[in-house]
Amino acid sequence: MNINLKNLTISKAQQALRNGEFTSVQLTQAYIDQIALVNKDVNAYLEVYNDALETAIHADELIKAGTAGPLTGIPLAIKDNILIKGKIASAASKILETYHATYNATVISKLSREGMVFLGRTNMDEFAMGGSTENSAFGVTKNPHDTSRVAGGSSGGSAAAVAMNGALCALGSDTGGSIRQPASFCGVVGLKPTYGAVSRYGVIAMGSSFDQIGPFAKTVGDCEILFNAIRGVDVHDSTTITETTYSSKRIGTKKPVIGIPRDFLKADGIDPAMREAFEKSLEVFKQKGYEIKDISLPNIFYSLMVYYILMPAEVSSNLARFDGVKYGLHIDGADGIADYFETRGAGFGREVIRRVLLGTYILSSGYYDAYYNRANAVRRMITDDFIKAFTSVDIIATPTTPSVAFTIGEKTADPVAMYLEDIFTVTANLTGMPALSIPCGTTSINGKDLPLGLQLSGRHGDEKTLFEAGKDFQGE
Amino acid sequence: MITPAEITKLAQLSRIKLTDADTQSLVKEFDSILIYIDQLKKVEVSLDIKGRIGAVKNIMRPDTVEDISFADREQLLNEAPQREGDFVAVKKIIAQD
Repeated sequence: MNINLKNLTISKAQQALRNGEFTSVQLTQAYIDQIALVNKDVNAYLEVYNDALETAIHADELIKAGTAGPLTGIPLAIKDNILIKGKIASAASKILETYHATYNATVISKLSREGMVFLGRTNMDEFAMGGSTENSAFGVTKNPHDTSRVAGGSSGGSAAAVAMNGALCALGSDTGGSIRQPASFCGVVGLKPTYGAVSRYGVIAMGSSFDQIGPFAKTVGDCEILFNAIRGVDVHDSTTITETTYSSKRIGTKKPVIGIPRDFLKADGIDPAMREAFEKSLEVFKQKGYEIKDISLPNIFYSLMVYYILMPAEVSSNLARFDGVKYGLHIDGADGIADYFETRGAGFGREVIRRVLLGTYILSSGYYDAYYNRANAVRRMITDDFIKAFTSVDIIATPTTPSVAFTIGEKTADPVAMYLEDIFTVTANLTGMPALSIPCGTTSINGKDLPLGLQLSGRHGDEKTLFEAGKDFQGE
Repeated sequence: MITPAEITKLAQLSRIKLTDADTQSLVKEFDSILIYIDQLKKVEVSLDIKGRIGAVKNIMRPDTVEDISFADREQLLNEAPQREGDFVAVKKIIAQD
């Protein structure tokens, strides 16, 4: 059975499954074979599940019985921080290396009901902290387009799995850009949904006021199908929203109006190739009848600073639960309290320790007002700027990242250089608004074509407009 | 800006054992991060954020006991690094003298 995985989409595969061109078992086997072939060079998967084919058999039965949905029998990859009952979920950390999830994340229950096939768990930066998967305790994920470069992060494994044709789609999580940046680096589509659109129940928490689970796919349409399958209110996550929580009134009468924060794009460090691809993308939209206007976001320059105050504060609280008592790694010390020190010292990697300590510093009594409270106020000011901007435009467009995928090791020495990777993506996590990254061309470096990404962000609850414009742009 | 003693104190509070080499490099990394985030002190904040937390409100639920199956209970207990019968084993907290 020879299935052309490269050009396959969810809708095409679904059609083929229903027409009997191939079965879910054959499709799943084709992905398992492809993973066996390329994963040793890319390291996208930490584990391929041994029951994937079993699930596919069940999916084939549903298809045969005529009770299949749009995702039945479709194989996907799951980021290693999303819980599947009975399977290891390590968050790419030594502290959870042997931890078996004791319940299903809500997104897993939903996709399981749809009859999707879970292929395996994908590599990531430890506890989703990083922008390159170089912080994984289990080795870096390499970019399928050029294996001397990173796949991005933190959901680098999920992005690379889709890009290397090792999965038709994938789930990741996005706290500061962790879906969109690797999607951009790997030339796939990635969505960070509106905060609360998708339940966080069963995702290993990093920054709870920022975290969202979202889809990776090869097309905007596929991303939309997967998003619609995972969204919705959940009693297990009180921050989930309904479809009517936010009301969104379209400005553009025919096509959405696109706003460009010109001042923000003047910043240093944006690659000329990226600028060129961005301007070309705007031309594409213009030709398709989109109105484009300049907008101003006065406080956007502070976004990254706000993020690198609030996020570590939340990290230090969330990671306090890893104590070597209830689950995960345990290293014996002289007494009970020494057990904590030994376990956490050995179990956490460098970046995780750095952020836990930074969060502890920020939340210390003497600094709390200067950092935490101040950052929360500025977060609100930035959100107000965006809400105001969305009274005159429907979409705000920026590059997803300042440049193409960087080389492995290039930014590991300087944490701030790595943090600057999040400059364009982090605002959507601060404001809670949705943002979509779509491929917008490539640039050639040393004979390798490296993907570039365009980011479209929208108002709260308005993923629909992003999908519409994204599909328009890609000619889907 | 930050001293090795302060890093040691933060590690104490965070229950993380650090080596001396870790402490030294963290001092350096903290400095560059703090220089970066300290730029936020320049911004004029005139906003009162009290009561403005977003679209979602607190949701209360009754605190009730939920039944779980024996298998689920076993699975939870088996995840504990040290188990004794139906208990998670920890070291004695009060020392004997």
